[in-house]
Amino acid sequence: MIDFLNAAFNGISIGAVLLLAALGLAIVFGLMGVINLAHGELMMLGAYATYVVQNGFKAIGDGWWNEIYIFVALFAAFLVAALAGLILERGVVRFLYGRPLETLLATWGVSLILRQFVRSANWAIVAGILLFCGLYFGGAWLLRRRPNWDSIKNWASPVLLVLSIAISSTLLAVLGRTESPFWTREWFGSRNVDVTAPAWLRGGFPFGNYQLPYARIFIIILTALCVAGIYWFLQRTKWGLRVRSVTQNRDMSACLGIPTQKVDALTFSLGSGLAGIAGCAITLLGSVGPNVGGNYIVDAFMVVVLGGVGKLVGTIVAAMAIGMLNYLIGAGTIAFLLQPVEPLANFFLFFSTTSMAKVMVFALIIAFLQVRPAGMFPQKGRSVEG
Amino acid sequence: MTNFNRRKFLLYGSAALGTSVLLKACSETPTEGTEGETTSDSGAAASGDTIKVGILHSLSGTMEISERTVVDAELLAIEEINTAGGVLGKQIEPVIEDGASDWDVFKEKAEKLIDQDKVVTVFGCWTSASRKAVLDVFESKEHMLWYPVQYEGQECSKNIFYTGAAPNQQIEPAVEWLIENKSDKIFLVGSDYVFPRTANTIIKEQVAALGGEITGEDYLPLGNQEVTPIVAKIQQAMPEGGAIFNTLNGDSNVAFFKQMQAAGLGPEQYPVMSVSVAEEEVRQIGKEFLLGHYAAWNYFQTVENPQNDQWVTAFKEKYGEDRVTNDPMEAAYIMVYIWKQAVEQAGTADDLEAVRQAAYGQTFAAPEGEVKMNPNHHLSKWVRIGQVNDDGLFDIVYSTDAPVDPQPWNQYVPDTKGFACDWSDSEKGGKYQMES
Repeated sequence: MIDFLNAAFNGISIGAVLLLAALGLAIVFGLMGVINLAHGELMMLGAYATYVVQNGFKAIGDGWWNEIYIFVALFAAFLVAALAGLILERGVVRFLYGRPLETLLATWGVSLILRQFVRSANWAIVAGILLFCGLYFGGAWLLRRRPNWDSIKNWASPVLLVLSIAISSTLLAVLGRTESPFWTREWFGSRNVDVTAPAWLRGGFPFGNYQLPYARIFIIILTALCVAGIYWFLQRTKWGLRVRSVTQNRDMSACLGIPTQKVDALTFSLGSGLAGIAGCAITLLGSVGPNVGGNYIVDAFMVVVLGGVGKLVGTIVAAMAIGMLNYLIGAGTIAFLLQPVEPLANFFLFFSTTSMAKVMVFALIIAFLQVRPAGMFPQKGRSVEG
Repeated sequence: MTNFNRRKFLLYGSAALGTSVLLKACSETPTEGTEGETTSDSGAAASGDTIKVGILHSLSGTMEISERTVVDAELLAIEEINTAGGVLGKQIEPVIEDGASDWDVFKEKAEKLIDQDKVVTVFGCWTSASRKAVLDVFESKEHMLWYPVQYEGQECSKNIFYTGAAPNQQIEPAVEWLIENKSDKIFLVGSDYVFPRTANTIIKEQVAALGGEITGEDYLPLGNQEVTPIVAKIQQAMPEGGAIFNTLNGDSNVAFFKQMQAAGLGPEQYPVMSVSVAEEEVRQIGKEFLLGHYAAWNYFQTVENPQNDQWVTAFKEKYGEDRVTNDPMEAAYIMVYIWKQAVEQAGTADDLEAVRQAAYGQTFAAPEGEVKMNPNHHLSKWVRIGQVNDDGLFDIVYSTDAPVDPQPWNQYVPDTKGFACDWSDSEKGGKYQMES
């Protein structure tokens, strides 16, 4: 019995991590239909935000606050990722709605940029980027107020762009050559950084012969809260209603006076913020490095597609199913249960290493999608945007 | 589209040019040596005032983290030699190339270093995949590569000198020590690629020969962080505790140690012996998760002898107080000196055959202790087991009292049992049957 409960707990805990990683994607990809390949990098930003918050609390000194930094980090991770998501949506994605291939390429490009950014970020680069944004967007804003904007914009905006780039790269070059390490020292570098969970999350809850890790329990609760929060937001609030109506029929919603652009931005940042929370959660389990998001992105897409695009409940069920299967196959439980039937047991024993279990789960998902191409919970109705 | 007139073309063109020049200017960071630079007199390299050597490691991509530290160690050795007067009265000039963690690039850059830069030798590579990729180049051009990393063995090229540990200088003593001191039940965990699988084949043969028991093995795809099934399997296979032999690489290590601790599998009951976790990795994983676990290497920063004190001090002085030294870095440092001694004994850097012959038997007072280059192109090295302590360094709990001679061809694997390598004797070569 204890073995059974422990197996169930392990399966759920794998599923919870998958679900948390996929939840944001279920909104961005599922509801909005945007293939966001930078989702993993938004998780990575959340993880780095956690690292920064942890170091900030450490810098204050030893004390009780080091035990609760994780809650602050959760908010910080949500905010950082949501903000990055907002910039991504306003700056890139909104020009590409309805063009999935371009979105795919563009967000992939963004993901590469973000990875390289955290590798090489230092004060000089950030100062350069800020100066560029200030000059270019500030300049454009000023110029636009001129009465003769229409007649000069053909040459004025390229000149402005070039000037801003030139000035900010000069700044970058000058700062890059200064002696002071403040400007040139990399914030994170390309090495993995060390995030340590607070002491109360590091042990485990004794359970028979086993110990249930507190970090896993924390993630399961966090996932449950996030799911509940999303449901509450979508079903019980005014903006949630608008989000649902826009995803069902954009044109009709616009006709009825719903600000679809604002809704898009809000939905996208919400999904991104959830990615940030997931990023914060995975620091409890593994390492934090520029590539951390890439390890989760394929799994997250797999969950959303298996669950059925557009249905949150599908994502939840799919994440739990994949988590359970991964555990039962990978840990050899199925092989153990099938011991009486030797050929079957040997078959499952062959797949009972972690890397082979992934292969089998993948194969099962493909087989399932052959039978039900729209996933476990396909969206029904005529109103769905095509 | 006649709008795009000449004036605009000039405007955009000059703007683009200007920006690119600026960007180029700020991306140029001062590095030591000449990165990819070729000189006009591309005759014999050693004929000028300098001797050119190649350094070929990944300075970008996923392997950058590890390989950059090795480059640091090589540059430190070259700088020391140059300050002390150089080799044969000439300064060493390193030509640094970036293999970019891409095996094809390694091959390309190796050819470039040999053909264009005319270097007299190359120090390089980390992964076995990159070494295998450049092997052809060095063999077909009869050139010389120095390789500084511990590896799975089963190779003995005439054109490569291996200064890292062969399996019998790291993995085998570690298994022996585990069985003698910890537990005869061993669980194998590794990343899913060539080194862990080859290493585990050796370990399985060895454990069987020593009368121990392999309770299970599992492989994690590179970069995967979900280790719950592995932890569960370890508990099922060894409910009373037992040892774990860990050949995981990279990020997975962090997840593995964090979740082992969370599941209550501590070092008293489940000691983990790692062969890819050194001082640098301890820093990244977090020492609180590794405290009390073990690692097997030839060198630890905590080795106590004057050479090591001197080296660690010099390294920290050059690269910063917070840096640590580790085994591959030490092997990289050694190989530059062994090459230098061989060149000096041969009296030439250009005649690679003479340098190769002179390298055999060279000894060097390395930070790990005295090492010796053997005719089988591997070093005799000291073997040590360390336990992670509170400082994130290793307390040395076991050390051989003399250097262990290398066996490139493994004696536990049936295919290579009884074979050895001896390049000082043209009759024997890379793989010959030993007389029993």
